[in-house]
Amino acid sequence: MAVTLNRALDALTGWLVGSIGDDAACGYALAAILQAGMLLNLVAISGLVFIWLERKIAGRIQDRLGPTRTGGRFGWLQTIADGLKLLCKEDLMPGKADWLLFRLAPYIGLAASLSAFLALPFSGMPHPFVAQRLDVAVFFVLAVLGLEVFSVILAGYSSASKWSLFGAMREAAQVVSYEVPLGLCAVTPVMLAGSMDLVTIGDAQQGGFWNWYLLHSPFAFITFGVYFTCATASVNRAPFDLAEAESELVGGFHTEYSGLRWSLFFLAEYGSMMLVSLLAAILFLGGWHGVLPLGLGSGGWLEALLGTGIGGYLGALLGLVLLLTKGLLLVIFMMWARWSLPRLRIDQVMTTCLKYCTPIAAVCFLGATLWQASLPNGLLLRPYNAELLRAQAAGPVATPPADVLIVDTAGGRP
Amino acid sequence: MQTSVEDPRVLEFDVRTDEMLVNMGPQHPSTHGVLRLVLRTDGEVVSEVTPHIGYLHRCAEKIGENLAVRQWIPYTDRMDYLAAMNMNLGWSLAVEKLHGYAPPERGRHLRVIIAELGRIASHLVGMGAYGLDLGSFSPFLYAFREREKILDLFEQACGARLTYSYLTPGGATADLPAGWTTRCLKMLDEFEPILPEYHTLLTSNAIFVKRTCKVGVLTADRAISYGVSGPVLRGSGVDFDLRRDGEPCYTQMYAGYDFQVIVERAGSYPATTGAPPPPPEAVLGDSWHRFYVRMLEVVQSISLVRQAIALYEAEEGLDHGQPFKLGAKLPVGETYLETEAPRGQMGFYLVSLGQPNPWRARARSSSFCNLSVIGEIGRGCLIADIPAIVGSLDIVMGEIDR
Amino acid sequence: MQHDPAISEQLRERFPEAVVSASPGPIDPWIEIAPERLAEVAAWLKNDPAQDYDYLNGLCVIDYFTADKKLAEAVGAARLVVVYHLSNLSRKRQLTLKVTLPRWANAASETPPTLPSLAALWATAEWHECEAYDLSGVEFTNHPHLRRILCPEDWVGHPLRKDYQMPLEYHGIRGR
Repeated sequence: MAVTLNRALDALTGWLVGSIGDDAACGYALAAILQAGMLLNLVAISGLVFIWLERKIAGRIQDRLGPTRTGGRFGWLQTIADGLKLLCKEDLMPGKADWLLFRLAPYIGLAASLSAFLALPFSGMPHPFVAQRLDVAVFFVLAVLGLEVFSVILAGYSSASKWSLFGAMREAAQVVSYEVPLGLCAVTPVMLAGSMDLVTIGDAQQGGFWNWYLLHSPFAFITFGVYFTCATASVNRAPFDLAEAESELVGGFHTEYSGLRWSLFFLAEYGSMMLVSLLAAILFLGGWHGVLPLGLGSGGWLEALLGTGIGGYLGALLGLVLLLTKGLLLVIFMMWARWSLPRLRIDQVMTTCLKYCTPIAAVCFLGATLWQASLPNGLLLRPYNAELLRAQAAGPVATPPADVLIVDTAGGRP
Repeated sequence: MQTSVEDPRVLEFDVRTDEMLVNMGPQHPSTHGVLRLVLRTDGEVVSEVTPHIGYLHRCAEKIGENLAVRQWIPYTDRMDYLAAMNMNLGWSLAVEKLHGYAPPERGRHLRVIIAELGRIASHLVGMGAYGLDLGSFSPFLYAFREREKILDLFEQACGARLTYSYLTPGGATADLPAGWTTRCLKMLDEFEPILPEYHTLLTSNAIFVKRTCKVGVLTADRAISYGVSGPVLRGSGVDFDLRRDGEPCYTQMYAGYDFQVIVERAGSYPATTGAPPPPPEAVLGDSWHRFYVRMLEVVQSISLVRQAIALYEAEEGLDHGQPFKLGAKLPVGETYLETEAPRGQMGFYLVSLGQPNPWRARARSSSFCNLSVIGEIGRGCLIADIPAIVGSLDIVMGEIDR
Repeated sequence: MQHDPAISEQLRERFPEAVVSASPGPIDPWIEIAPERLAEVAAWLKNDPAQDYDYLNGLCVIDYFTADKKLAEAVGAARLVVVYHLSNLSRKRQLTLKVTLPRWANAASETPPTLPSLAALWATAEWHECEAYDLSGVEFTNHPHLRRILCPEDWVGHPLRKDYQMPLEYHGIRGR
C-alpha cells in the first residue's frame, strides 16, 4: 500500500518536486495513518455494534425486549446515546488516586487491544488485507493482547480502593495463568500449517469446512474448545469476569472510574473479545474461507470471470465478510454464555486453568502432532491444503503483487 | 494481625503480608440492602466477618406502642417488605390470639391462599437474587417475571403491590374479588412447568453447584443454638416447621391441608416433581441445601394454594372475617406467637394493659437471627463466598433493623 | 408447640428460691425467676436432658413506667421485665421466663440494671442481648461484645424506655 501511495504521490506531485521513489517515508506514513484509521474504526464500530447486540441478546435471553426506543424500532442508536451520556459525565478521580497511572490505565488497555489488530489478516492470498503482515503474527497478537493486563493492574493499583486492588490482583493471576494454555492451543494450528504467519495458517484451511483445523483431528477439536474457554477467560468475560465481579467486588478494577475513561475499558474489552474470536476463526475455523469450496477465492471462477484484479478483490472482500461473520458468531456465543452462567470463584478459575486447561492443551498438542505425523493429509481429503503446502515447500518465494490494498511489508513467506 | 519479622511467612518468602480490613456495604451490590460487613482479609481469604446492622432502624416497636393494633399493620408490611402478607398475618394472629378469636372458615382458607402466595413471591426473589449474587443475571429476571404475576393477583385483591396491609386482626380488609381464584389457578398452571427451568439454570448448574456446595456449612447444632429458622434451619436438616409444629392457634389455620415439611430425612428430600436430586458434593447445611429447600417449598406452596382455593370455594358462607374495630380496647394480657414466614419464624409479642394500643409490641425477626450466624460460617472462606453465604441466608434488612 | 404444664412445679422443686411467681395463663403461661438465679436456671433448662430447651426464640424487655396517673394502677410498680421465650424443637415445648429488674441500678447516675448474659448457652442471646441493651438499657454481664447494635454507637438513651426523649438533634440532623 505504501508503494502504491508513493506512486500515486509521484503521479500527483512528481512534476513539482521530482520523483520521490517507491520507498519514500511519506507514503509509509500515509499508509500507516490510513490503516490505523481503518482498524480504529473497525474496533470502535464493532464495539458500538457489540454493545447494542449484547443488550439485545441479553434482553431476548431474559424474556424482555432490550433497547427499543433510541434509533427506531430496534434501538440501534442506543450505544451512541450511551456514549454521549458517558462523554457528558463528570470525570471523577478519587482524591488519593495516583493521578498519572489512573489516567493512563484506560489508554494502555485500549492501545494493547488495538495494536493486536495490526497483525490480524482479514483475507488471504493473493490480497491479504492486513496492516502489517508478520512472520510471527500469532506470537505478536497473543503477546500484545497479554499487555492488556497492565491496564487492569494499573487501574486497580492507582484507584486507591481496596475493591479495585482485589480486582487487579485477580486479573493478574487469571490472565497470566491463562496465557499458558491459550498459547499451547494456538501452537496446534501453527504446527499444522508449519507457519506462525496468520495468512498462511488461514490459507492452509481453504477448500471447505472439512479442511478446517477444527476438524483436523479429535485433538484439534478439543484444542478449539480449550482455546475458546481460555480466550473467554483472558478477555475477562463471564463466567470468568472475576476482575470486575460486581456482586463481589462492586466493580472490580473499574470501581472508581466514570465517564469516558470507564467506557474506554469497555471498548478495550469488546475489542479483545472480537480479536480472540477472529483469531479463533483464523486458527481453527478456516478464517476467510467459506464453508464449501465455491471458488470465490484465488484461482476460482470469480477471478476467471472478472480477472485477478477486480475478481480477486471481490473474493478478498467476501473473505473479509466471512471472517467477520465467524468472529461475530463466536462473540455471540460468548454473550450467550455470559447471560446464562453463574460466575466461578477465583480458586476454581485457577483450578480450571492449571489442572484442566493446561494439561488438556498439552496432551492435545502432542496428539495433534502425532496425528499429523502419521496421517499427513488427515482422515478426510485435504487436496487444496496438501497441494498448497507442497507448492510452498518446492516453489520459490512468491512476491506479492505491488498493487494490493494492504501490502505485507515484511514481504515473503516463511 | 500484623506480621512480624519472626513470622515464618516472612522468613520463607521474604514477604510481609498484612491483613486488610474491607468494608462490604452498606452500599454494595450484593448485601441485600444496607448491610455492612467488615471483612478482615488476608488476600482473598476472609478471616473474620463482622456485620454492622441498623441502617434501616426506625424503632418500629416504639411506634407500635403508640398505635392501635390495626394501625401497626402497615408497619409490619415494611419489616419484611418482600413478604408483607406474611408479616400482616403474623401480627393479626398474635392479636387474635389475645382476643381468643378464630376467623371463619372462609377467612382461614383465604389466609392460606394469600400466605402461601406470599411465600412463593418471596422465595422467587430469594432465588433470583441468589443467582445475581453468584453472577448469573437471567434467573433474576425470570423470577421477577413470575413474581409480577403474583403481585398482579395481590393488587387485584387489595390494591397494593408491595405493602399490602391486607390481612388484619379479625380477617382481611376485603374478600377476594370475583374470578380471582380462576386467575390464580391459571397463574399456577403456567408457573409450575417453569420451575424445571430454574433448576437447570441454577440448582443443577455445574458452576452453581461448585459455588454453593460446602460453602457456609451450618451444622444442625449451631443452627439451633443461633436460633435460625425457616429454610436456613431446615437446610441444616432440622425437621421443624411452625406450620406443622407451631402453636394450635397457628397450626389450626393449616388443619386439613396435606403437606410435608421440606427437610432432608435419611438422606433424601420429600419427592418433588421436576427437582433434581442433591449433587454428591453437597453437604447438609451448606448454601446449596438452603437454596434447595426454598425451591422445594415453592412447589409445596403451589400445592397448598391449590388445596386452599378448593376449600375456599367449597365454603358456603360468605364471611371472610371482619376486621376488628380500629380503636377498640384490647383485653388485658400478653401473648407471644410465632408464625412461619418465608424467611423463618416471625414472632410477635404483645403486652396489653387494656388500652387500644399495646403496652409493648415486639417483633422477633427471623432474618435477625439468621444473619447472626454469618460471623461463624463466614470465617475462613473466600471473598466470593461471602455473597454466596449472605444470599443463601436470604435476609431482608427491613426486618432485621425494624 | 405447647407449654409444659409441669415445668413450674419442677422448677419450684429444684430451685425453690429461684421461682418468684408463676402464672398459668389465661393465654401464655410464664414463670418469673429471680435475677440472681437466672444463670443457673437457664443452664439447667438448657442442659438437663429432661428439659432440653435448646432453642432461644428471643428475649425482650418491657418497661413498666408511666407518668400518667390514670394508667398508674394498671402499670403497677416501675420496673423492667426481661422476657425470654424458649423452645424445645424436638419435643415441641415452649416456655416463657420473666425476670424483673429495677429500672435503674442507680437512678441518680442512670446506671443500667445488670443481668447475667446467656450468650454462652444460646448463641441467639448474643445479638438479642445487644438489642435489649441498645433499646431498653439492660446491661448483660459476661457478654462477649455488648454494644449498641441497631442505634449508632454514640446514641444517647434507650428508645424503648417509656420516659425516653427523642433527641432534638443528632450530629446536625434534626430529630423532631
